[in-house]
Amino acid sequence: MEEQAALTLPDPPTMALGASSGFVVELEAFSGPLDLLLHLLREEELEIADIPIARIADQFLLVIHDLGLNQAADYLEMAGRLLRLKAQMLLPRRSEEDGWEDPRAELVRRLLEYQQIREVALWLGRAAERRADQYPRGFLPAPPDLPPLPLQVDLVELLQAVQRVIEGIPSPVLHRVVARPLDVEGATRRLAALLEEKAEFGWREALGPEPTITDVLSTLLALLELARRGTVSLTQAAAFAPMVIRRDTSRPAD
Amino acid sequence: MTPLAQLIEAALFAASRPLTAEELSVLDPEASLADVRTALDQLRELYDFNQHAIELVEMAGGFQVLTRPAFAQALERAQFTVRAPKLTAAALETLSIIAYRQPVGRMEIEEIRGVSAGGVLRSLQERGLIEVVGRSEALGRPLLYGTSAMFLELLGLKDLTDLPRAEELSIAIQPPRPLTEGTEDAAAYVTAES
Repeated sequence: MEEQAALTLPDPPTMALGASSGFVVELEAFSGPLDLLLHLLREEELEIADIPIARIADQFLLVIHDLGLNQAADYLEMAGRLLRLKAQMLLPRRSEEDGWEDPRAELVRRLLEYQQIREVALWLGRAAERRADQYPRGFLPAPPDLPPLPLQVDLVELLQAVQRVIEGIPSPVLHRVVARPLDVEGATRRLAALLEEKAEFGWREALGPEPTITDVLSTLLALLELARRGTVSLTQAAAFAPMVIRRDTSRPAD
Repeated sequence: MTPLAQLIEAALFAASRPLTAEELSVLDPEASLADVRTALDQLRELYDFNQHAIELVEMAGGFQVLTRPAFAQALERAQFTVRAPKLTAAALETLSIIAYRQPVGRMEIEEIRGVSAGGVLRSLQERGLIEVVGRSEALGRPLLYGTSAMFLELLGLKDLTDLPRAEELSIAIQPPRPLTEGTEDAAAYVTAES
């Protein structure tokens, strides 16, 4: 078993199981742990309703190990579930004990339900195949993407290309970044002072004489903050029209 | 062939999707839905009786003119058409669950299939076969999925009642589980009269 696993691990998910599991079978890729379980039960011609947990759990572990599926969380979760069930089935119980619930019931229910879905899926697949046999008018297949041609360059071309790239790199340009902090607090104080004297004033007035870009930004941020707090209301008669700042008395300022 | 049947034939030829009887009735303001259906029957019989290579197919709530299955191989061999790629087992299983249990969330799909469903759901949604139909009231308000008209078109179904019923399946669909939250159970759907 050990050497078999070592031999076959690099080749999931299609392979033949060794004789150690008691049967040899070609496995297609499984669509999930329930699919694998159903497959194992079918192979052994076992009834879902009376699933021999110990046997199936061992086989499940063996198969996922051999297929390299023991890395997949979904399969590991099922493996854990099976092992817990195996342990539960081993616990002694009195035969006529009332209220004993078969620990396999949940698994059996899920398997039956999944089997049902598989059957519907088969039906859907057949319906899709039948439908694919019929074509509507004006079918235009998408042109297939041509695979990129393999790159063919010699050393000289490669070096020339490298040279072109290197030449294209500009000599480093250094920027000196000067911090110009926005003075939002200052602008707020100036606006508050203006609001004390006037109930309404214009954007130009709010800016003050000869504003710098920093002043404009600071004032704008301060105005937006004041508007958010409800101290002022901002209106524009039209898009890009001068902004009118008004003391807002409709909302209590906090 | 009546003038209405001719009009309908023209419309079905020009359209590249199934047209409903309601849509077709717009062709002639005088025509009732019953007239449209009569004309459609006439058209179907004409194609069948005269051994046309096309047939009138009812699907996804509408009608479409399609080539007959007998010509599929020849068309594909000559590369006039390209066969739609087969759906994967994972896609078919997920579609089955959604078709019978819609509206259904990812959790329930994953529980039934025993594998995570995120990738499959995304690709089915990208292909337009399923759509988000709402949100569950459960914790986190997860998205609920349902099948689309394109799903019916892909499978050539008239509507969801074309899906096999419980009695047609070899295994009976299990009674609703006590723990499922708020979603319609397959049994309720499959046994419902259409």
